[in-house]
Amino acid sequence: MIQNNKLTEEQYTKNFCDIHPPFEHDEAAAIEANRCLNCYDAPCTKLCPTSIDVPLFIKQISSGNIKGSAKTILSANIMGAGCSKVCPVEKLCEGACVYNFLDEEPINIAKLQRYSTEKAMEKKWKLFSRKDSLGKKVAVVGAGPAGLACAHALSLQGIDVTIYEKEAKAGGLMNYGVAAYKVTSQFCKEEVDYILSLGGIKMEYNKALGKDISLAELQQNFDAVFLGIGVGVARALEIPGEDLQGVEDAISFIYNIRTNDYSKIKVGDNVAVIGMGMTAIDAATQSKRLGAKEVTLIYRRTENEKPCTDVELDIAKLDGCAFIWLASPKEIVGENGIVKKFVCNKMTLGEPDVSGRRAPIETGETFSLDVDMVIKAAGQIPFENLVKDASLQNKNGKINIEKNGNTNLKGVFAGGDAVNGGKEVVDAVQAGKDGAKGILEYLDI
Amino acid sequence: MANLQSNFLGIKSPNPFWLASAPPTDKKINVLRAFEAGWGGVVWKTLGSQVKNVSSRYSSLDYNGRKAVGFNNIELISDRPLDINLKEIKEVLQLFPDRAMVVSLMADNDKKSWHELIKKVEDTGAHGLELNFGCPHGMVERGMGAAVGQDPEIAKMVVEWVMEIATIPVITKLTPNVHSAVPGAIAAIEGGSNGISLINTIQSITGINLDTLVPNPNVAGKSVYGGYCGPAVKPIALKMLTSIAQHEKIKAIPISGIGGITTWKDAAEFMLLGASNVQVCTAAMISGFKIITDLCDGLNNWMDEKGYTTINDFVGLSVPKITKWEELDINYHIVAKINQDACIHCGLCYIACEDTSHQSIYIERGIPYNTYTIKEDECVGCNLCKIVCPVNDCITMLEQRKDDEYLNWTEFVKRGLPLNDH
Ligand SMILES: Cc1cc2nc3c(=O)[nH]c(=O)nc-3n(C[C@H](O)[C@H](O)[C@H](O)COP(=O)(O)OP(=O)(O)OC[C@H]3O[C@@H](n4cnc5c(N)ncnc54)[C@H](O)[C@@H]3O)c2cc1C
Ligand SMILES: Cc1cc2nc3c(=O)[nH]c(=O)nc-3n(C[C@H](O)[C@H](O)[C@H](O)COP(=O)(O)O)c2cc1C
Ligand code: SF4
Repeated sequence: MIQNNKLTEEQYTKNFCDIHPPFEHDEAAAIEANRCLNCYDAPCTKLCPTSIDVPLFIKQISSGNIKGSAKTILSANIMGAGCSKVCPVEKLCEGACVYNFLDEEPINIAKLQRYSTEKAMEKKWKLFSRKDSLGKKVAVVGAGPAGLACAHALSLQGIDVTIYEKEAKAGGLMNYGVAAYKVTSQFCKEEVDYILSLGGIKMEYNKALGKDISLAELQQNFDAVFLGIGVGVARALEIPGEDLQGVEDAISFIYNIRTNDYSKIKVGDNVAVIGMGMTAIDAATQSKRLGAKEVTLIYRRTENEKPCTDVELDIAKLDGCAFIWLASPKEIVGENGIVKKFVCNKMTLGEPDVSGRRAPIETGETFSLDVDMVIKAAGQIPFENLVKDASLQNKNGKINIEKNGNTNLKGVFAGGDAVNGGKEVVDAVQAGKDGAKGILEYLDI
Repeated sequence: MANLQSNFLGIKSPNPFWLASAPPTDKKINVLRAFEAGWGGVVWKTLGSQVKNVSSRYSSLDYNGRKAVGFNNIELISDRPLDINLKEIKEVLQLFPDRAMVVSLMADNDKKSWHELIKKVEDTGAHGLELNFGCPHGMVERGMGAAVGQDPEIAKMVVEWVMEIATIPVITKLTPNVHSAVPGAIAAIEGGSNGISLINTIQSITGINLDTLVPNPNVAGKSVYGGYCGPAVKPIALKMLTSIAQHEKIKAIPISGIGGITTWKDAAEFMLLGASNVQVCTAAMISGFKIITDLCDGLNNWMDEKGYTTINDFVGLSVPKITKWEELDINYHIVAKINQDACIHCGLCYIACEDTSHQSIYIERGIPYNTYTIKEDECVGCNLCKIVCPVNDCITMLEQRKDDEYLNWTEFVKRGLPLNDH
């Protein structure tokens, strides 16, 4: 049955505690830092989308220059603290660590990054100071990672920035999307405050583009505009039964988890999650942690083609989730308007498709699962109408940009999920930096 | 099983590992524990006129998270009453008659004091005496320790005083705080010393507390030069040892090697360069007496592998392999080779050679991994890349002689051969 309050307070606390705990002791951080070989032209840096100078910041930890270390990280990635908790490092920096060639544990880069950046936030180190105001104004729409990174980079150079954000809080999906056992709302708030402590960035909350303000207005009132609006709700399955009670969109399910007490969140006993990306894994693991008895992830290809990383899959496995590979949703069957059964097509792999992966094709056979909740996590949809109404060139709602983020509209730049359709926080941060660079060039600064 | 027994100037011990004269050997309770752990012998902490120590006393050089790669102290000779020391020495000798008991001495600077002290120590039944001419701090200011060791004439005179009455073997412990250890060694031998031991500690300042700006160790806001020892001093000790082991006048004299010995490999190196046995202080202070197990076991296994049945089979074997620079073969040439299968793409070889050696490594950039190969024509065979490479045997040095003929610098100059043109 779909119900909230399935667990005790202690169980919730235990289930949602930090999945990657920090170093408890300075010595432990130093030991790990000293393990770093300090590679030249380091592979870890090359696989970091924001190109953090990893060997340098680790060397700075080992020399006891923690402030320098935090500055190294944050000048490349202003959300370096958040990234240390949410980045899928197994496919980024840590995946590239040369220790992997020796079958030796890679350097715990994320944990070291967290060590320095958390110290910086805790001690409120003022690592950056902005240049005097140049009297130029830029509007940033969306206070997610892309918008915040763009705003920070602009303000540093003396631009006066105003951020318009439709929600009441900044952080974007860091606040509303990322799994609760990776970051807390409290942390997101502290990180945003730390970023904004630079000054020169004015926040306008509860102001939605397309509703409370228009792009034309912004173009008129500002010297340039950056759009970092991210993407919207989960893609519809377009199968019968999608509007039954008990069918939920992963994005809103997680949004609720991140904005309410855990005890207020309803979850089924037998939950099916559709998809095998990061969002699907997060929806599945958090369902389990909210007290669902059985959670089954359903994916139309095999484990070889899965979009999530092995590490993420392992989290779901350790949480006791089940997996059905080569299965595609066909129909959700209800009783009295409530979800009862989930019917799937059995699939097989055919020839490679455009993604280069072998395409799933129906075998004609079906099977069904008894479920009381279905969570859709088969990708998110861009804000297509908003983008089209603003005459922005786009591909299915994903805004088209050139290098440095300029769109087809003069003085309008974009980046992050709104452009790439949904990647990682760290990609959005880099997109924000690129956008700022483009804007500074555009403004001749 | 190799035979680890050692016989140094007739002083026998079940293995060649003695604890050097220092805190580990300054009282019965320590020495008994050391012997129980298996140490072959001790040189009892230096006896002389009783002194008073300060607090704090030690400091260390730490490197990349490794503590005490170098160790420093400002302690003096024994600060315990002479009578108690002598009584305890006697008791230990009774409990462990098979271990070497050598007593270190530093009497006041007159013949009478030396004679009185030696008599008292010999009465304990100790097997030998070590003359401390090396302590670089505290005692120097009183005209003792290194002040004696640094002046060959005084050293010789004091040894002569000692030899007038000593009936057991005498070892003279040299100071490294001299430009060469040789004059001091010659003086000691000329004075009649039966053997030599070296090195004592090297004058040092290990570092400064960057908050208080007081150098370490801090004694009420001040510090003094201390004596440096531990792993960091091994290379210096080995060089000083070799300079004595090679010297025509004194090379037959038994030497007890000291300075930074931490593992059986270090010990083997000291012996290969002419030490008949070795003494250890810092390694025991940092890790406890238990290190004796692997010192013996490792040395034994190495000897078995090499086919050495006794210590004497290999003592001094590397001495002739240290030559003069002018005698090195200029036609010998090696070049580095990187094993691509073993390479982990850290780039450390590349940047070392590029920034500070001979720009002899090609880089082919890739994402995320670069490929590195040696420019054989440019490589001078310096070893730097091999030294920085974290993977054993990834970089090997291949021999590519310039010519079959042995050619040294003297001959090179005589023939007017060309020098580098770039
Ligand atoms: C469930 C889930 C889990 C994830 N887990 C991870 C993870 O573990 N690690 C990781 O690196 N990435 C993760 N991601 C991806 C990551 O969160 C995003 O890639 C990243 O947040 C994108 O940043 P952004 O600034 O482009 O967009 P967003 O974070 O989406 O920010 C967009 C901001 O714009 C605001 N906005 C939208 N429309 C308007 C409008 N019309 N007017 C004004 N403001 C508007 C939004 O409210 C929001 O604040 C996850 C995503 C999801 C959905
Ligand atoms: C704390 C301390 C006290 C020492 N006291 C003496 C001493 O009283 N007499 C002496 O001959 N050497 C003394 N030494 C020097 C050691 O015997 C030894 O020669 C030196 O430390 C080098 O060996 P190591 O590197 O194994 O420590 C002392 C060394 C230390 C660290
Ligand atoms: S041996 Fe020296 S010169 Fe040759 S490649 Fe290595 S570092 Fe360069």
